[in-house]
Amino acid sequence: MSTTSEAPDTTTATKPKLRTSAMIASFADPGQKTAPAPFGHALVKAAETDPRIVGLTADLGKYTDMHIFAKAFPDRFFQMGMAEQLLLGAAAGMAETGLVPFASTYAVFAARRAYDFLCLDIAEPNLNVNVVGGLPGLTTGYGPSHQATEDIAIFRGMPNLTIIDPCDSVDIEQAVPQLAASPGPSYLRLLRGNVPTVLDEYDYTFELGKAKQLRPGTDVLFISSGLMTMRALQAAEQLASHHIDVAVVHSPTIKPFDTATVLGELAPDRLVITLENHTEVGGLFEAVAGVAVRHGSGRRIIPIALPDRFLDAGALPTLHERYGLSTSRIVQKVLSELA
Amino acid sequence: MTLTPETTVAPSPDFTARVADVERSAYRARHFALNMGEVQGQGYVGQALGSADIFASVYRDQLRFRPEDPHWADRDRFLLSTGHYAIGHYAALAEAGIVPVTELDTYGSDDSRLPMSGMASYTPGMEISGGSLGHGLTVAVGMALGMRLQGSSARIFNFLSDGELDEGSTWEAAMGAHHHQLGNLTALVDMNALQADGATETVLGIEPAEEKWASFGWYTQRVDGNSAQALLAALDNIADRTGTTGEPSVILCDTKVGRGVPLLEQREKAHFMRIEEHEWQICRDQLTAGYDGKASV
Repeated sequence: MSTTSEAPDTTTATKPKLRTSAMIASFADPGQKTAPAPFGHALVKAAETDPRIVGLTADLGKYTDMHIFAKAFPDRFFQMGMAEQLLLGAAAGMAETGLVPFASTYAVFAARRAYDFLCLDIAEPNLNVNVVGGLPGLTTGYGPSHQATEDIAIFRGMPNLTIIDPCDSVDIEQAVPQLAASPGPSYLRLLRGNVPTVLDEYDYTFELGKAKQLRPGTDVLFISSGLMTMRALQAAEQLASHHIDVAVVHSPTIKPFDTATVLGELAPDRLVITLENHTEVGGLFEAVAGVAVRHGSGRRIIPIALPDRFLDAGALPTLHERYGLSTSRIVQKVLSELA
Repeated sequence: MTLTPETTVAPSPDFTARVADVERSAYRARHFALNMGEVQGQGYVGQALGSADIFASVYRDQLRFRPEDPHWADRDRFLLSTGHYAIGHYAALAEAGIVPVTELDTYGSDDSRLPMSGMASYTPGMEISGGSLGHGLTVAVGMALGMRLQGSSARIFNFLSDGELDEGSTWEAAMGAHHHQLGNLTALVDMNALQADGATETVLGIEPAEEKWASFGWYTQRVDGNSAQALLAALDNIADRTGTTGEPSVILCDTKVGRGVPLLEQREKAHFMRIEEHEWQICRDQLTAGYDGKASV
């Protein structure tokens, strides 16, 4: 019998590497095509031809890709400090003087901390202020302090506010100039850093207020927004190998919702599933359900969404698997529904 | 920096005339406020009377605007953060020729352009929709930044109340204005020592207010907010500095709720002052007697 040491084992070579939570985590798949900081570059491009555009942030320029704009247009960039009420109040004041502000912070702070300022100073006077919220839904491994799982639910009740949940770098690049040109206020759920490029593979352009069919299908209808459209497309591919024909309709504009397109898609008899990176309360699922019920096309609609509770901290792949947002969980869900 | 306006030097004839002009405008505005209050049978008359000298000093003596074109791009901006002071603001807008005097009778009525709480979408000359307190100064910071960026020399005035110093957002804006060196921004704080639940110092103490503002990097003056002379002297001090310094300015204006009407000045202080039907004429008579008495001295 050999002597055992009381000392703890400090060697790591034999231990499996743990998955860890991170505030800034990419949801891009390994090897996936991505574009760096699409929001920052799109804002710079728009500002080159539109002198009204200014950028503001609340001590999160580097983490919302606003630093790209700040570097290109230092005189048109305004650091407001870690003061979200000031960020949005000042953005309103700048818009009152004829400028077109893009104001960035994290989605949790825009929605929870500075709601009153967005509501009364920006939305009520219907000003062209574009609020850009990073880390929407479950895109950070930090817990509920940073996970904006209910931002759309909070904002959908606000009159005048346009809500955009982009899928990828294509959506963001095309949405930014349209938001600048559109007169009222908007809330853009920001995907930042190296953002997947997905929609260039499809016959698709972003149009404010429009949902678009990305692929047709006779058995199942996916209606999705945000990064879940990427997952929906992946799941549709995998389901094709199971001989299940899945249509994917992408609705990056959550409000005003494209009722006509969605109603048209709900008409054929298919299994209908909504997919969103957001709590199942008050988001895309309820927007689709509301349209269906209001127009008498009542039928079963299944949500793939985050649960109505505060979520765990952890690594994004772990959490997406745990809460059903991963591609494999989507495939399982469809197979079990059709079983 | 804290200072009291210089009063030892004899005022110039021109300054004396400006003071008299502002006093007369404030007197007329107080009558307007009483008339509006009587139509409604209620209203924030106490605040309107207390702050009339501040409104008159700015609108009559300082603000650059075009009555026939309230949206003139290069105008100075006056932001009413305390939406419930709208009654006083409407009186000032009538004095400024932006709102017709005859329209004041509609105050607070259905479909009126003069709602009880000030809203930009309703009233010409109303720059923002106040009322959710602590917003005004944040919006003023943005306007000051926006006007400066676009090369305008327009000045931004934000009227707020001592109660709004409870709001953290006011201090976010105070820091931001200093950080961005907004010398084109002036805050006017009505220090009437009263808020919804009682005396300001019993609700949430805000003193020493001068030291707070000064430590936030603002050029700070504290004056008798019911003295046109003191207000104009303070505003002159700010105007003299405008363009030479990046420091934003604040005037802490100590005012008396119900000022000009002894019946209301002596009434128990209340955020929403009750005035009986038969008292309105007494109020008007007292206001006139006080003004005439002062004018005849």
